[in-house]
Amino acid sequence: MTVTTPDIADELALTEHQVRLRRRARINAAIRYTILAAVGLMMLYPLIWLIGASFKTNSEIFSNPGFIPREPTLDGYIEGWKTSTPYTFARFFWNTFQIVIPKVLFTAISATMVAYGFARFEFPGKKIFFATLIATLLLPNVVTRIPQYLLFRDIGWLDSFLPLWVPSALAGDAFFVFMLVQFLRAIPRDMEEAARVDGANSLQTLIFIVVPLLKPAIISVCLFQFMWTMNDFLGPLIYISSVDKFPISLALKLSIDTTEAFEWNRILAMSVLAITPALIVFFMAQKHFIEGISAGGVKG
Amino acid sequence: MGGESRYMGLAYVMPYVVGLLIFTAFPFLYSFYLSFTDYSLMSAPTWVGLDNYEKLFTRDRTFDKSLKVTLIYVFSTVPLKLAFALFIAVILNYRLKMINFFRTAYYVPSILGGSIAIAVLWRYIFADTGLVNMFIGVFGLEPVNWFGDPTNALFTITLLRCWQFGSAMVIFLAALQSIDKSLYEAAWIDGANQWQTFRNITLPLITPVIFFNMIMQTVQAFQEFNGPYIITEGGPLKSTYLLPLYIYEKAFKNFDMGYASAIAWVLFTIIMVLTLIAFWSSKKWVYYAGDKRS
Repeated sequence: MTVTTPDIADELALTEHQVRLRRRARINAAIRYTILAAVGLMMLYPLIWLIGASFKTNSEIFSNPGFIPREPTLDGYIEGWKTSTPYTFARFFWNTFQIVIPKVLFTAISATMVAYGFARFEFPGKKIFFATLIATLLLPNVVTRIPQYLLFRDIGWLDSFLPLWVPSALAGDAFFVFMLVQFLRAIPRDMEEAARVDGANSLQTLIFIVVPLLKPAIISVCLFQFMWTMNDFLGPLIYISSVDKFPISLALKLSIDTTEAFEWNRILAMSVLAITPALIVFFMAQKHFIEGISAGGVKG
Repeated sequence: MGGESRYMGLAYVMPYVVGLLIFTAFPFLYSFYLSFTDYSLMSAPTWVGLDNYEKLFTRDRTFDKSLKVTLIYVFSTVPLKLAFALFIAVILNYRLKMINFFRTAYYVPSILGGSIAIAVLWRYIFADTGLVNMFIGVFGLEPVNWFGDPTNALFTITLLRCWQFGSAMVIFLAALQSIDKSLYEAAWIDGANQWQTFRNITLPLITPVIFFNMIMQTVQAFQEFNGPYIITEGGPLKSTYLLPLYIYEKAFKNFDMGYASAIAWVLFTIIMVLTLIAFWSSKKWVYYAGDKRS
């Protein structure tokens, strides 16, 4: 389409032109909504179907592409919860939280401290350490995994939860440190300097001034770490060998391997339970994110 | 800041420095050393020089196959995912109602996509009598053998990762929203159509985030493990046997740590070389605002 300069004298042509533009805009908007809705359906249908299927009987799962169960049953949940091991799924949830809770907590603490050190202080070696932080961001874990395993074997940590969270407690996730440094750089130092003038030391300044200002960013660090740890599979696969210490991810894999003739409704029901904590946290945090942004970071 | 020693900052970053040395720097160097050894955990590593690498490149058919599959996977998944993410971000960038709703809906798969639960779901969806084939059947088409055919099997994993386009899309959308609207008005007055506007204004201005997403997604795709491990178990005929699976099997099933380290270093080298090429070429195509070149 070429946009011609409207002839001011010819008012009729002008309005025709406008009408045409408006109609075009309306058609374009309709096309956009159609694409968005179709894509949205494609994105969410597998999840909606998963939830529906977890209430179906085993035979219906393979015959009904709709998501509403014809004869709703809790069999999948009841039988799936029992598992084929001596433990119930409650055990696997408990194990997962024994990894997730220390990992999220210590990540938040260590990443905040380290980011504060990088963003607010000058010290010998700072440039080199910060450069290594960036390098670590791009370093594929695949090269460090084997020696890490050997290290944990030598200190007797295999088949425990420690290898899964101790590196994070030492600010091992460069991404989070980097993210907090970026946030801190955007926050003016006025309030911190005022606190220092009033006699606060750097630790007090960190706890009472910086942490409250950084709260939205720290929450998103916790959030991402929570999601990633809940989803982590390779870590537990390498380090955890006894079934009584399995987190959910390993338990699900085990249930595919051991469930006779694939009792799919049990596996799908347990999959629904496995993603529930992440979904709940995501939808709760959505609101928190918006609040964090609209609170506008720095006031006063 | 006054009153405290110049080592105060060092105290705050100390956890990171200790962690860096123990869990990153030392393992990084040690794995390089291990790649020149024969080490099966039963006895100390024995130095074998370039033997592992020589075997990898000349006598290891599995490695050839695995490397080829990995490259095909990465170079099909990353462009597809980024193109799709950008396409949706551009549509969302028009001032549409319900933008928040769509953004959330599209982001949900990214939150869950890495989980085993979703890999399990995928395994079901593409089963012979699974959801996808049921839908295909509705249109009277023959069911597709997703996991029996080598090309299809790899494609199911590509689809899973494209389904998680949400995080890349959010980054694109943020970049699109930061573009100065007056540029579009100027282009419109000059008579540019939508495609010209996109091609000559939008695209150059978002090259930094395209670059960022490209690097991040590529590094991630080279390390894909959960998808092929759970969904296809590397098969059929090793058509989804990506290098991380091979490394895992060599290291943690066969306990052949030396050989596994050598494969890991080949994978690392490929990622590093591609990253360097990307950084080097970025001077030619990535546009930074405030830069004199255009």
